[in-house]
Amino acid sequence: MSIKISHLTHVYNEGTAFEKVALNDVNVEIQTGEFIGLIGHTGSGKSTLIQHLNGIISPTQGEILLDNENIHKDKAKLKEVRRRIGLAFQYPEYQLFEMTVYKDVAFGPTNLGWTKEQIHEGVVAALDIVGISPELYEKSPFELSGGQKRRVAIAGVLAMNPEVLILDEPTAGLDPKGRDEILAAIRKLHEERGITVILVSHSMEDVAKLVDRIIVMHRGQVAMTGTPREIFSHPMELEKMGLAAPQVSYVFAQLKERGYDVPTDVYTVEEAKEALLKLVKQVKA
Amino acid sequence: MIRDITIGQYYPAESPIHRMDARLKLTITFIFIVTLFFVNTFIGYLFVIASMGLVIKASKVPLKFMLKGLKSIMIIILFTAFINLFMTRGETVLMKVGIFSITMEGVLLAIKMCVRLVLLIIGSSILTLTTTPIQLTDAIEYILKPFKKIGVPAHEIAMMMTIALRFIPTLLDETDKIMKAQQARGADFDTGNLIQKAKALIPILVPLFISAFRRAEELAMAMEARCYHGDEHRTRMNMMKMKGSDYRAAGILVVYAVVIVGLRFVAKAVPFII
Repeated sequence: MSIKISHLTHVYNEGTAFEKVALNDVNVEIQTGEFIGLIGHTGSGKSTLIQHLNGIISPTQGEILLDNENIHKDKAKLKEVRRRIGLAFQYPEYQLFEMTVYKDVAFGPTNLGWTKEQIHEGVVAALDIVGISPELYEKSPFELSGGQKRRVAIAGVLAMNPEVLILDEPTAGLDPKGRDEILAAIRKLHEERGITVILVSHSMEDVAKLVDRIIVMHRGQVAMTGTPREIFSHPMELEKMGLAAPQVSYVFAQLKERGYDVPTDVYTVEEAKEALLKLVKQVKA
Repeated sequence: MIRDITIGQYYPAESPIHRMDARLKLTITFIFIVTLFFVNTFIGYLFVIASMGLVIKASKVPLKFMLKGLKSIMIIILFTAFINLFMTRGETVLMKVGIFSITMEGVLLAIKMCVRLVLLIIGSSILTLTTTPIQLTDAIEYILKPFKKIGVPAHEIAMMMTIALRFIPTLLDETDKIMKAQQARGADFDTGNLIQKAKALIPILVPLFISAFRRAEELAMAMEARCYHGDEHRTRMNMMKMKGSDYRAAGILVVYAVVIVGLRFVAKAVPFII
């Protein structure tokens, strides 16, 4: 399913002292099966943009086309749009409210009016993919650890079987183990179910490791778009926008500066390892 | 939607009303509310509305913002109108519906009561829209000070109000966020009968309460970590001081109150001006 955002503008509190242009003529196209990284400084419009994609907020101007159809054309279809485009907000664990993990994950599918069997199937599949084992199903979600809570909350979105999954900072405030578990689940989802993923993140390392294409937002506009390699080869421009390239790319820039023969477009730890081993061999020889 | 609630929301602008001493503003609002109950003629209401119009104009807050606060109490206003319309006994019966009858007196009283309610709400909205919560609670603390001798914990009351006011926008934002998150999971708050609508609130209220308790706990901890211990020996960053313009405003207030009370006596002497 392709998403096309054309000339999207959004103004908060229009006509008051609090007026703020959050998005200004944004044009983006997202193809089926893509893994997109959405990066940008705080207040660059990322959150506003993703909330438009499933019709939670309406554009001030412009439109969002889902398979070439404006999502706001038919209000009755909005629920179906929200099923097809799953959106997990920042700190999604704050939305948990049910007595048990199972019931909470079943909230979405139940709202869609699915049958009991369909709901059960969706819930179990979703909890399985985020790595929540069946013995936790009947526990209160509030007894779980931070990382588990967040995975349950994300499962609550996944249970509706979305074709596109949007995650707003899914790893914010988690410890390294919790972060790795979430990222592993997201990668698995993308690879096994082939669903389109849009990952909003402040961690350039996470983005570099996972995504196919990066969209850089700056002051309510799309500043750059391209593969991680293309985007991270402009560290100066990223820094001007309050962002940065992954840390390893700075290490390699320094090495190059000191006269070592290394590539400068290294941006993941794995690539760095390969490049450094090669360098060590060269130096020894 | 949820952002329509303006009570306790400051509207930043540069105006004489904004600059006025908060203690004076609080006193004016109080006197405005008390004198409003003296008004019993349409001429009196016209005078109040005109004065209020001038103040709103001077405050530079868009009228739209002032009126937004009314939306949330529309039901109370309608209910008041309804009760007055049917329950007032009078001589000139206009219409009879079963055991109820609508009288001329009832219609007039209903209109007056609604206008009074609307004026009350707008009057207090002017105060909260033009005064920051901090200034407001400082003023309340100052005014309550004399009652400390009889055991009124003025500082604590002011502190609790500061905190409560401070968290209104935060909790509104939080509610908004939770609503969006549940909507993303297919929750529907707008359709269905009353019971379904009430049930739809559970997914909002449970997370909201949890987050309110968490915030309260965190705040208490942060205050304790900074050795907060209340009233004794605390100094202020901003001292409140009455300026020349404040005295002039107080003068206008006296004139206003005299006119209101005067109109009441005039109305007694000359009853035909309703």
